[in-house]
Amino acid sequence: MKPNAPKRYPKPYIEQKVIKPVYLVLLFMMGLTGFGQMPIFKRYYIADIPGLEWTGKFYVTHYLHYLGAIVLFVLFAYVIVTYFGLFRRSHALSKAAYVRIFLLAAIVVTGIFRTLKNLPNVVFSPNFTMFNDISHLAFMMLLMVSGIVFSITKSGWLVPRAFRQTAPRND
Amino acid sequence: MTLLTRRSFLKTGLATAGAACASQVPLPAAAQTKNDGELATLIDIRKCVGCEACVEACREVNAAKYPEPEKPFPKMYPSRVKVADWSGEDKREVRDRLTPYNWLFIQWATVVVDGEEQEISFPRRCMHCQNPPCADLCPWGAARKLKNGITLIHADICLGGRKCQVVCPWDIPQRQTGVGLYLDLLPSFAGNGVMYKCDRCYNRIAQGELPACIEQCPEEVQTIGPRSEIIAEAHRIANEEGAYIYGEKENGGTNTIYLSPVPFETLNRSVDKGPGKPHFAPVEDQMAHADNMAKAMLIAPFAGLAAGVSRVIRAARRADEPPEDNHEA
Repeated sequence: MKPNAPKRYPKPYIEQKVIKPVYLVLLFMMGLTGFGQMPIFKRYYIADIPGLEWTGKFYVTHYLHYLGAIVLFVLFAYVIVTYFGLFRRSHALSKAAYVRIFLLAAIVVTGIFRTLKNLPNVVFSPNFTMFNDISHLAFMMLLMVSGIVFSITKSGWLVPRAFRQTAPRND
Repeated sequence: MTLLTRRSFLKTGLATAGAACASQVPLPAAAQTKNDGELATLIDIRKCVGCEACVEACREVNAAKYPEPEKPFPKMYPSRVKVADWSGEDKREVRDRLTPYNWLFIQWATVVVDGEEQEISFPRRCMHCQNPPCADLCPWGAARKLKNGITLIHADICLGGRKCQVVCPWDIPQRQTGVGLYLDLLPSFAGNGVMYKCDRCYNRIAQGELPACIEQCPEEVQTIGPRSEIIAEAHRIANEEGAYIYGEKENGGTNTIYLSPVPFETLNRSVDKGPGKPHFAPVEDQMAHADNMAKAMLIAPFAGLAAGVSRVIRAARRADEPPEDNHEA
């Protein structure tokens, strides 16, 4: 690269074209399998729809929910590293991103406690268990509501730091 | 072994175990030794005479916990949701299966022992699994496991969705409609009562007393003690007297260990199975997938980290290349 060439910043191409769709599909599946932990899909005929019988099988939805959590952990670690390693200088996080991050972090933390509770010999108090369960559900519902709001307001995750990226250096 | 007799158990372990039960703290017990603090019962089928003293004792001491449903029941939507009503006078008296009013029953089997056909009997109730799917998968935390190995359902929290019964390998919990928290929420659209099952007299154990079924049994069919000692005693008897064990490994391990004079495969063929009548079939660990996947969750962030670092390094290398070769960076 020539010494006086303008600084080039990486673009979140892979993240937009690959990671984002995967994330959205995963989030939908986590919502579906998460709600499937309540005995509602069979009651309300969802599990009667051809191809959706599995939504009424608790062990299947539980397995898929855990599987989705594993993939989400991979994905979260990946985007955290790539944001700080590649995109932070050219892109800032939007306010909507901070809301999403807070809600996702809350879902992850309560999910981790729920996973811990399901291990043998791990016993939490009944009140903590219920608080954790309801929090996990409530944060997910808030994430869904915020997702709808942000899709209307077209609030993405990243905001280009336009001036820093394009302004010529004066030196 | 000193802890296995009724009297010595009362003198020693029970008071301590009860205190531990009463003083639950919201901390994981993961740091403890496996099985530490868990009490198990040993049910020696060979001693049972089928007198139902345990059944009567259970019904007497737990009567205050039984449901008193409000009638008429809320109309349920959709119509496929059926009420489960055991509150009628006749149904309350049912003793040949598990019901919301009968948490323990005597099961019978006709088997051949030493070349002689015999009718044998044995008490059946919740197995109190070491990693109970009912408690793990209950969406509200209504079903829960105590540190002393008891699994119980909190009647004030349970919505009666029957998930615990569906995921239980033995279909133990039984539903009564018209009672519980769901009446205060959306009674027609969510929930359907409360699930009931044996709580191994957790309140009596907390006060240093024995579960009623153990205390009242004239034949001393059941004994209770620390799980490791119960298991050791079960194996000793099995080896010395040629008995068979059920419950040690089933569903990853339970806190109810049966000793039988015949293989449980034989017993299972003979027992009357169906709703409220549990089997004696082998049971795989239903929560094994959760334990294995929890380990994968620990590794997952490192995989993402490696992928992210790889992406950063590749992008950094491309940034140093001439622009025409640089497609994305």
